[in-house]
Order: sequence, then C-alpha cells, then structure tokens
Amino acid sequence: MSRGTSAAFNRRFAVGWLVAGFVFLYLPILALVVYSFNDSPVPNVWRGFTLKWYAALAEDHELITSLWLSLRIAFMTACGSVLLGTLAAFALVKYRRFTGRTVFSGMVNAPLVMPEVVVGLSLLLMLVSVQRALGFPERGTLTIWLGHLLLGLAYATVVIQARLGELNPQLEEAAMDLGARPHQVFRLVTLPMITQSMLSAWLLTFTLSLDDVVLSAFLSGPGATTMPLVIFSRARLGLNPSVNAIATVVVVVVSIGVIAASYAIARAERRRQLEMAEAARH
Amino acid sequence: MSLARIGALGPQLRGWFTGRRLVIGIPYFWLLVFFLLPFLILAKISVSEMETVHFKDLITYSDGLLRLTLKLGNYVFITEDELYWRTYLASLKYAAATTVLCLAIGYPFAYFMARARSSVQPALLMLVMLPFWTSFLLRVYSWKGLLSENGWVADALIAVGADHLLAAAGLIPAAGKLMHTPFSLVLGMVYTYLPFMILPLYGNLAKLDLRLLEAAADLGATPWVAFWKVTVPLSKAGIIAGSMLVFIPCVGEYVIPELLGGPETMMIGRTMWDEFFSNNDWPMASAVAVVMILLILVPLAIFNKYQAEAQERGR
Repeated sequence: MSRGTSAAFNRRFAVGWLVAGFVFLYLPILALVVYSFNDSPVPNVWRGFTLKWYAALAEDHELITSLWLSLRIAFMTACGSVLLGTLAAFALVKYRRFTGRTVFSGMVNAPLVMPEVVVGLSLLLMLVSVQRALGFPERGTLTIWLGHLLLGLAYATVVIQARLGELNPQLEEAAMDLGARPHQVFRLVTLPMITQSMLSAWLLTFTLSLDDVVLSAFLSGPGATTMPLVIFSRARLGLNPSVNAIATVVVVVVSIGVIAASYAIARAERRRQLEMAEAARH
Repeated sequence: MSLARIGALGPQLRGWFTGRRLVIGIPYFWLLVFFLLPFLILAKISVSEMETVHFKDLITYSDGLLRLTLKLGNYVFITEDELYWRTYLASLKYAAATTVLCLAIGYPFAYFMARARSSVQPALLMLVMLPFWTSFLLRVYSWKGLLSENGWVADALIAVGADHLLAAAGLIPAAGKLMHTPFSLVLGMVYTYLPFMILPLYGNLAKLDLRLLEAAADLGATPWVAFWKVTVPLSKAGIIAGSMLVFIPCVGEYVIPELLGGPETMMIGRTMWDEFFSNNDWPMASAVAVVMILLILVPLAIFNKYQAEAQERGR
C-alpha cells in the first residue's frame, strides 16, 4: 500500500470512528424524541404521529410541581456552588501552602467520583443526627440543597480552578504595583478574567442539580419530590410515553440554553481578549 | 478585663480574619462539616445497635463503668454471607469491564478528535459535552426502549445475529433477550460514562507536542511504534484520570442497574439502597457503604494524586 492510500485509509478510519461514537452518544436522545410523538399506548410500536403526550404534560400536576421545586433547588445550588467553588479554587491556586492543603484538595475532588449512594447515605445520617439533637432541619428542600451543593462545589471548583491556573500572575502583580488594594485587584483584574468560567460552572451545576436522582432520593422528605424522582419512579415501572414527552422538552430547552450560553461566553471572551490586545498596544 | 482592652480586641479579631483565612476557611469548614463528618457518622452508625427507631450510644457510663459497645455483627454478616461478597465482586467486575470498554472506545475517539482540524475541534468537543448536559436519567431510560422488544438497537442486533454471539459469551441468558442482562447493564454504564473518559483524554492528547512524533519518525519509528512509545506514555495521566472517573462511580452505581440490570446482575449500590429503603436497616446499609468505601479507597487515592498533580501543572 502506498503512503497516499494508507493516509487516506487512516483518515477514513478516524472519521468513521468519530461518526460511530457520535451515533452511539446521540441515538438514545433521538429515540426519546421520536417516540414522544408516537400515537400508541404500546411502547416501541409506531402507530402514527400525535401531540397528545405533550397536551397531557400540561395537565400533569405532579410533574409540574416537581419541576418548580427542581428549578428552585437547581438555582440555589448553582449560586451556592459558584460562590463556594470560587473560594475553594482561590484557596488551591493562590495559596500553595497551608495546613491541611492535601486533605482540602482531596475533599474537593472526592465528590466528583464518590458513588452517590455513599454520599447521600452519609449526609442523610448526619442530618438526621443533627435533627434529633436540635430539632431541625426537616428533610426537604433544604437538605436536598445541601447535598447538591456538595456535588456542585466539587464541579465548580474544578472548572474555576482550571481557569485561575491559566491566568498570568503578572497582571495581578502589576495592579498591585500600581497601588491597587487586594480587594480592588480581585474586583478589577481577576474577577473579569474568571467570569467566563464562573458562568460555565453555574450552568454545569444547575444542570447537575436538575438531573440528580440518588442524592435527592436520600435527602428528600414528604412533600419535597423533585422532577427526576418523579421521572425515575415512572421509568422504573416500564416505558411511559409521558417520560418521552418530558425528555424532549428537557433536551430542546437544555440544548438551546447550552448552545446559546456557550456562544455568548465565547463571544464575550473574544471581545475581552481583543480589548486586552488593544490595551497592550497603547 | 477593662473596657479599653475589650475595645482593642476588635481590630485584633479583624486582623485574625484576614482575606486569606476566610478564602481557605469557608470552603474548608464547609467540606469538613458536610463531607468528612458524615463519613465518621456513617462509620459510627455501622457499628451501632438499633433500638426501635433510635441508635444506642456507643459509649455509655453507668455504675462507674465506662462501656464502649461496638456491634460488629453487620461486618461479620457481610464477610460470611455469600450473597454480599459475591455482589461486591460482581460490582468490581462490571465496573472494570465498563472501564476497559470506555478506554477501548474512548482512547481512539479522543485521539482522532485531538488530530482533527483545529477549526472543527471546538464543535466536536461541544458534541461530546452536549449529551452530558442533557438528563442522564432520561438517556439511560431511553436504552430501556432501544433494547426492549421491537427497539431499534434490539432489532438491529438480532437482525445481524449478534444476540447469538452474546448468548454464547454468556452475557445474555438466551438469544433475543437483551434487556435486564449483564449486557444491557454494561452497555448502559459504558454509554453513561464514555464522556468522562473522552474529556480528560482529549485534554491530554490535544496538548501533546507533535514535534515529538516527528522526532520519533526521523529516528526511524513507524507511526505505530511512535504511537505506543511516545503518545501512549505521554497520555498516561489522561488514561488514569479517565479510568478512575469511570471505575469509581461505577462500583457504587445505582440508577443504571435499577433501570437496565436484571435480577441476576446484583450490584452493591442497589443492595445498599434496598437495605436502607426496603429493610430500613440503617446500620446494615452503613456497614455495606463502609466496605464499599474501603474497596474504592486505593483507586480514590490514585485519582486524587493525579488530579492534584494535573492541577499543579495547570498553573
């Protein structure tokens, strides 16, 4: 085989592998969407097009109530995670030595991989112990939020830390040399440069919280059922067209949101870099 | 204490609460209370005795006797009962199989992504991330449909006769039955965790200095040799990070075995869930969880070490 054909073969093989991988990743999403329009009570058997499952969603009070709760928890989780994650990322990037730094970075990273059943159970046992001693917190929105925050903190820290690590420390040093106080350096120099990663972290932790089943199952109480818990209890019983309809709505909303947000973030980032280049020339 | 001295305490206190102390202290304290302390309580409850709905205290004092009562019964039961340790072994086996398959699919995928034209790379990255943003629960649920009777994937596999191969390999009990088998379980886990393998590998391979490969070629290495002797060793950190990101959560996975697994594919996350929610045996569930933590302790340490090193290099 000559070098040219072998290179062409390699190229085709690479493209084929990537296409096959993306088909694998997207096939289930496509199937969810297609079957949400299926006019048949029997799943997997196509009987023509319908929108009745979407119409049924509007009447589905269990689902709508749980969606509101999920959105509220996700919003609070995302805000809390970014706040704590920014602090944790700062601690890890700016302060190279402090007592217990290894333990700290271990505790930040462990929730990324720790099986959720373990995190959920142990957090629940602690909260129950606290509740028996102090009389609060009741299991419900607050306890679910605490659990999601733990997971969100880990993800937010990783995202923000990656960005902070890339920054050129000379910019902050220059600001300090020009007489800026530490909080001014943070507000005027560091913060604008990490805003992009903070927004990404916010979106990521928002979707993580909106999606979580296991932590919510352990930490929820009577009356605090999140949307994934409702979906999970239906999915456990078998295939259910209402789940397909919710899924399609979720897929469409999240895709539009993520693509729009990434586009906006990328554009803001480009503009900022242009401004910096412009400033550097003067 | 005179008033003047109390007044002087103010600035002193303010001096103690420096920016540095707060930046480190707030998240540190948070994690100690909500991450580390719960594990200690978990360990404590795993050796506690249940008294209707309350736990007995571990340390009691009466008649001048200080007693420490540890109920090790749960641990004895886990080691002696065959069902438990077989479930642990099965969980490790399924997690390992998932990790190997993710690496086999994900490494070439990440490699080809990193070698694609730089103008399309952001789009490819976006495409890998996007399913990861859409609900994991719904995507796993969708496999239920795809693998059930008349499902797209089930039909395709049966049409090409792949079900006979899978049945011969012992991954499904009989040809034609794909759902609720070890096959559907591992497929679901590979599907869910593949992006966790691809992303760190891509991050690693995209940074690879291509001049090293040119140098290898100049020194007479074929592309295949250069790949094994240069690319793979240099991407070791990505391989380890990706493998741990897949392996550790898979060991304790609950949702995927519950939706896609069957009665014979017991996994430890599911056992623990049942002990807690069905049997209401909190000490037993805690003991199962403690043993699970011990099993993943070494992979966890490796993950933390590589994660910390990657973060040190990142700056």
